[in-house]
Parts: sequence; C-alpha cells; structure tokens
Amino acid sequence: MNEANGVSRREFLCAVAGCTAAAAGSCVDVTHTPFFRERLRELTPDELGAIVARLADSYRERYGRDFEIGTEPAQDGVEFAYALDLSRCVGCRRCVHACVEENNQSRDPEVQWIRVLQMDKHKGIDFAHATPYYDPETVPEPGHFYVPVACQQCRNPPCVKSCPTGATWQEEDGITVIDYEWCIGCRCCISACPYGARRFNWADPAVPDEELNTRTHVLGNRPRPRGVVEKCTFCIHRVRQGLYPACVEACPTGSRKFGNLLDPTSEIRYVLEHKRVFVLKAELNTLPRFYYFYGT
Amino acid sequence: MEGYVTRRTTGPLRSLAVLWVCLLSSPGCDVGAVHENDAVSTGFEWPSSAQLDADFHVPRPPLSDETFPCSDCHDPEIPVNRQRRELQMAHTEIQLRHAEWGRWCLDCHDAGDRDQLRLASGERVPFEESYRLCGQCHGDKLRDWRIGVHGRRTGSWSGEKSYLLCVHCHDSHDPAFKPIEPMPGPRPPRRTP
Ligand code: SF4
Repeated sequence: MNEANGVSRREFLCAVAGCTAAAAGSCVDVTHTPFFRERLRELTPDELGAIVARLADSYRERYGRDFEIGTEPAQDGVEFAYALDLSRCVGCRRCVHACVEENNQSRDPEVQWIRVLQMDKHKGIDFAHATPYYDPETVPEPGHFYVPVACQQCRNPPCVKSCPTGATWQEEDGITVIDYEWCIGCRCCISACPYGARRFNWADPAVPDEELNTRTHVLGNRPRPRGVVEKCTFCIHRVRQGLYPACVEACPTGSRKFGNLLDPTSEIRYVLEHKRVFVLKAELNTLPRFYYFYGT
Repeated sequence: MEGYVTRRTTGPLRSLAVLWVCLLSSPGCDVGAVHENDAVSTGFEWPSSAQLDADFHVPRPPLSDETFPCSDCHDPEIPVNRQRRELQMAHTEIQLRHAEWGRWCLDCHDAGDRDQLRLASGERVPFEESYRLCGQCHGDKLRDWRIGVHGRRTGSWSGEKSYLLCVHCHDSHDPAFKPIEPMPGPRPPRRTP
C-alpha cells in the first residue's frame, strides 16, 4: 500500500510504535499482533508460522485445548469444484450438521453455512417461494425437492469486490477465504452475495469445548471472534490435505460430489461432461464453481 | 471405515457374460461402453472398461453372522426345489418389491452354491461383487458408480476412496430409498415485538 512512497506498512507501524532500526526484533512482534499484521496472504511462510503459533497459544489459553492450525497453500494444478445431485438430495440436513461440527460454527447464536431450501416441484427453482424451515416427520415430502445452498465459490465473486479492507479473497485453487483479523464486520460482502452464503457473528460464537474441532486451517475453521463474517471454505483444512469436505462424506444419498476441475479423470469432470448441469442465478455472471445436476 | 479390496475377475467367461447381458438388456446396460456423449469433446479418452476394473475399496457386505454363510442352513446335500413359490418355512420376512412379477430367489442367488450370487449368464459372483449383479439391469448406475458419481464416496478426492456397495444403501429385495427423518432445521429469526 505505502510501498509507492518507499514506506511499507510495517515500517510505518514500526515508526508509530516507536521502534528504532536497532530494535527491529520488537518491531516484527508488533506486526505479528492481530491488529497490526499484514493480510494472511501477504505474509512470508515464516511470518505466517509465527502468527499461527501465537494463535495456537491464544486458543490454548481460551479453550484449554491444543489446536492444529494448518497453513497449507493451494496446490499447483488444482481448481476445486463441487456438484450436487438434485435428483438425489432428500433434504435430510445431515450435511448442515456435519458442516457445523466440522467447522466450529456457533451453536447459539446459531450459525449454519449450509441452508437446505425446500422447493415446489411444480414451481421449479424459485427462491421467492422456497423455505429452509420445513419440519415434517420424514423427508422427502411429496411434491417437493431440495436445494442445499452454501458458498458457491464464484470465479467472479461479488463479495470480494465489495470488501473495503481486502479481508476476503479468492485463492489459487478457487476457494474464497476470509482473514478474520482483517474483517471489520461491515457486512458489505453479506449484502453483495446473491446466494446468502455469508454469516455474521453477532455475538461471541459458542461451541461446547468437547465439540470443538481442533484440526483447523488458518483460513478456515479455526475459532472465530465476534463481529466477523464467515462462510463455507469447501473444508479448506480437509481438501488441502486431499480429503473430501465433511458434507460429501456425511450425505447419506451420495448427492454431493467434489474434486479437481483440472483433472480429467475426476468425478467432477465426469459430472460436468455427462450430466445435465446448471448453476444458481447464472444471469448474474458470478460463474460459480458449485454446480447442480440431475444424476438420473 | 474398514475396507478391503475386491478384484473383479476377468477372462473369457466374464466377457461372454457381459456381452450376453448387454444383448439381453440393452439399451439400459452399457457395462462395457465408453461414454458416447460427444457433445462436450475434451479430447480426453475415458478409461476403458478394463481400466475401470481397477480395485474398488468397499466395506464388507451387510451380511449378519447369523445368516451368513448361507450354507450353514442350505446344506448342499438337500435337493434344491427350483419351483418358483412363496416361501413358507424360512425368509418369510423378505418382501420382494423389486421386479417381483418377473423374478424370484434363484434368479440372483446361486442354487448350487448358496454363499454366492449368480449372474444371468450363470457365472457365480461373491457377495463382495454384488454390484456386478445389480449392473446387469442398472448399467447406467453401475457406470456412474464406478466413476464415483452414483453413491457416496469417502476418503480422498485425489487418492484412495472407499466405495459402498449398492446394498449398503439399497435393500436388494426392496431397493427404493426410504424416507428418513430430517435433522433439525434452522431457528427462524426472532422478531422483536
Ligand atoms: S445430506 Fe445429502 S440428502 Fe441430506 S440434505 Fe444434505 S445434500 Fe441433501
């Protein structure tokens, strides 16, 4: 930002913090504090390591647990995509709750990244008449179908464009992530997202200690503070280690498909090449990486 | 998940069986067919059926120790009654709702070896490979299952995956997916009075 004037953010902060060139060590410390550090994507691996170590300390203090905070970067030759089989989804919400547990979403106040919309078969895809609050004895209900919606990981993401602080961006593998310390909670991204995929922590997120998932990623499911926005990251802590997202493994109907778009043998490529596929609100030109298809 | 590898047998017998089944049940069956949807040509060749015969990691078939091996009760010494009939003595809990007008037990269970299944060709297949039996009629599903599109996968998107057998999700005697209880929905937003 200030590099053009020959003064970097770090040097500037050093000056403000009263550091001298001789005390460069303490200067680095200042820029590693949550308030003064650069965005996570701008850090060198060493700096990231130092920040993650501090984070782990603070989590240990707060939750009494040891957190594993991954920093795996995007892999070369990988672009993630997702496909959901609308002909199979029965609206059982197993994915929603698996996601909540995997990604340390607040139980109360309730934060859920996936929302399963029930729609009328004779109306087709119609958000105006869809409801997430259906509550019958068993699903699927006759005459209805179900459209689970979470972050669509757009190639042209309106949320990223709307963020005034650059706290959210798209990674090389297509996952749009949030830097929770840079998020100022203005919620511009929430109003920009046409899919209602982003959630705001209005209060301190509450997760029972024994239900915390301590396997995390710095850009994903690590515990969030109050006042920041969060959303689906395709389970970045899992998929960057080669695993399927939690919702894929939880879905009892096998409706959820995930893989590398750049790998021609992946199941996701097969879906795109052989099934009837569509994206939500295609007319907005957001170019989602989340596809819906009819498997039958 | 505990998984082990099933290896599909290959050889002339099997190829013949596939050919015969395909002749019998086309167009539904395309066990050996490479995908012919040329609308989206990527220049990529889909693996042949032989390549797809790679190992599938599947958990054990859902057979209980009480009922398996079947030969514990079905003594090979006892002559087989091949007469199609409603069973009175055993297995009365099984309600066949799966093309029941045209089939009965011995169309899928091998009369000579009760611990195995039987393809239309007469070839015996173990319960671990029951997908081959299902694929005789549901060729499109078998094709999608092999690729990883029909049914649930667990494990690694880039590496080893576990497959489920058809019968882990579908009761082979009554295969339609049954309605299930949904998990709780989101709490509607509170409205201030
Ligand atoms: S778990 Fe699968 S079937 Fe159930 S609501 Fe989610 S996508 Fe649909």
